[in-house]
Amino acid sequence: MSLDRRSLLRSLATAGAAAVAVEGTAQARVRPMAPADALGLLYDTSLCIGCKACVVACREANGTKPETSNSPGGIWDAPMDLDGQTKTVIKLYKSPDGIQRSYFKAQCMHCVDPACTNACMLGALKKKEHGIVSYDPSLCVGCRYCQMACPFNVPKFEWAKAAPKIVKCELCRERAKGQPAVDGSGFTRYPKGQGPACAEVCPRSAVIAGTRAELLAEARRRIASHPGRYKGFREDDPPKIFGETDGGGTQVLYLSHVAFEKLRLPNLSDQPVPEVQQTIQHGIYQGFAAPILLYGLLGAAVFRNRRAAGEKPEKGGES
Amino acid sequence: MSSEARRVGGPLTTRPFLTLAAIFAVAAALILWRLVAGLGATTALSDAYPWGLWIAFDVVTGTALACGGYAMAILVYVLNKGRYHPMVRSAILTSALGYTIAGLSVVLDIGRPWLAWKIPLFFWKWNLHSALLEVALCIMSYMVVLWIELSPAFLERAAEGKGTIAGASRKILPILEKALIWIIALGMLLPTMHQSSLGSLMLLTGPKLHPLWQTPLLPLLFLVSCIAMGFAAVVFESALSSHLFRRRPETEMLAGLARAVIPVLGVFFVLRLADVAWRGQLARAFAFDRYALAFWVETALFVAGLAMLANRSRLRDLGHLFRTAMIIMLGGGLYRFNTYLVAYRPGDDVSYFPSVPEFTITLGLVALEILAYAVIVKSFPILSGAPRAAAER
Repeated sequence: MSLDRRSLLRSLATAGAAAVAVEGTAQARVRPMAPADALGLLYDTSLCIGCKACVVACREANGTKPETSNSPGGIWDAPMDLDGQTKTVIKLYKSPDGIQRSYFKAQCMHCVDPACTNACMLGALKKKEHGIVSYDPSLCVGCRYCQMACPFNVPKFEWAKAAPKIVKCELCRERAKGQPAVDGSGFTRYPKGQGPACAEVCPRSAVIAGTRAELLAEARRRIASHPGRYKGFREDDPPKIFGETDGGGTQVLYLSHVAFEKLRLPNLSDQPVPEVQQTIQHGIYQGFAAPILLYGLLGAAVFRNRRAAGEKPEKGGES
Repeated sequence: MSSEARRVGGPLTTRPFLTLAAIFAVAAALILWRLVAGLGATTALSDAYPWGLWIAFDVVTGTALACGGYAMAILVYVLNKGRYHPMVRSAILTSALGYTIAGLSVVLDIGRPWLAWKIPLFFWKWNLHSALLEVALCIMSYMVVLWIELSPAFLERAAEGKGTIAGASRKILPILEKALIWIIALGMLLPTMHQSSLGSLMLLTGPKLHPLWQTPLLPLLFLVSCIAMGFAAVVFESALSSHLFRRRPETEMLAGLARAVIPVLGVFFVLRLADVAWRGQLARAFAFDRYALAFWVETALFVAGLAMLANRSRLRDLGHLFRTAMIIMLGGGLYRFNTYLVAYRPGDDVSYFPSVPEFTITLGLVALEILAYAVIVKSFPILSGAPRAAAER
């Protein structure tokens, strides 16, 4: 019987060694880059007055119903968070002593290397034109792995419906008819009525649209021209542009006058969220060679052992 | 091939049968409600906790407990332990039923099940980066493989009588026996792939999974744990069915299987603790929060399992074997349940506890599984070992 254990141990050790070898030799995959025409948003908490014009404009542009269930009498559109009918929302941060305040706009971050598109089985969520993470319901089975994967908890699900869909910001791509062009203020924009509706209606330019490169340049300019205004991830960190490198970078960028951690943004490293998984999976399944080899070995083992001992009880037995 | 296997016989509609059928009937009504009213009305799932009891228990834990067929195949066909061959068929049955129930649960869980057929057929749309796609395709194929592996039992029964069906069955059987080699090999390849990928799946949740569970070793830990759980499930099922169907228990063989679990569980346990220590997360196990508690309950079950296995003289005691198997199944099950649910942290002020319909449907599907097991072993040659009366001559 000790044979059982020894051979089991041996095969386990082999499997373990193989897995370790795969992890060791697998090259970190090539990190995806944002396309040159990657569209995005820059939201600046220090400019936002919380008027929620962006929320209303988003509803009109995307045809989503007001979320009134949280308001007394059900008469106001008062979404508490992103949900199955809300693609952008304005939240309020108040420090415990009530002195520090900030609005915060949430929507899809349109990651450069998104976890959701790596999760999605048939590519219902996919980065399409201008790097916009887009949704195609005809390829979605409703597995909700995208929700599990997203570090920002952005994709939402229509829980109340018998035929539900995933709901998330697609930067108003459905409205776009022509190609975006650089406008008078130096930002790449769609003609009026075709680009992200939230940026179009913002009375304070707290949220603006443009290419990722333009928005990064503008964010850096603001940090440089307003020393002391902007914060980093933690209170004492130097100012940063959230999304420049976080989780491999996002096309939606944030500047904030309160620390980003207070806005409940996740503390991500520069490593794209899908990188560990993809490196391991691609290492194991590179060219599908390992599974095919294993299948051949298993077939040979079954062939040999079924002939040798399969039909009759094994000789020897308990030792 | 399994000449030792005999059908149990006896009446099908016993009192336990009717009880199980009644439980499933309640669940079936709720399943209908779920399909008509949607997930929001029937489950406690939310945008924060999109995966709940059905995924964490029915699918992730259930398929691991259904790895008996996989574990036995490795033992018999790779490690060449032919004497365990008589136990393969019942292990395959348990696996086939477990995976089928898991498949059913997935259909209930996904929001747009009417499009599920596109997963295997729309191959030009396959996202080869998706670990879930791999799991889905592997589980679908493995379900088919398991029922093919089991088909000789049905054919042997069909071949007993006279007539065209019996004649055809007698012709098909030898052909199937030959082809079965490559099916059996596939029956080992597919679980190796999807059981490890069930671990990889959670890698993508990144910082949302508590650091005591989030590790690059997830695929390896899931693979090793499913083999230990598979062996334990075979011991559990065999001990229980020999008791319930009054057949001579295969205590010697079960003791052998239990001993085979020792290195597997040992490797898992060492990997699990070494990984936590290596990643410098051991301090979190002493944080006095619910994650630390979950970690220690899990660890205690593994320690208990290993300690019970180490008691060599008692491994010939059927009751001890049964309890040991149960502890290992609980430990492995909890590890998976924790990874998919307890240790998943989508935010500060959100929580999830399964709804009554979720629990009832899970219970109903388990009832269906036991029911189908009883009907099949009574009607088809699955179980080995003589009835007790014959053995005690």
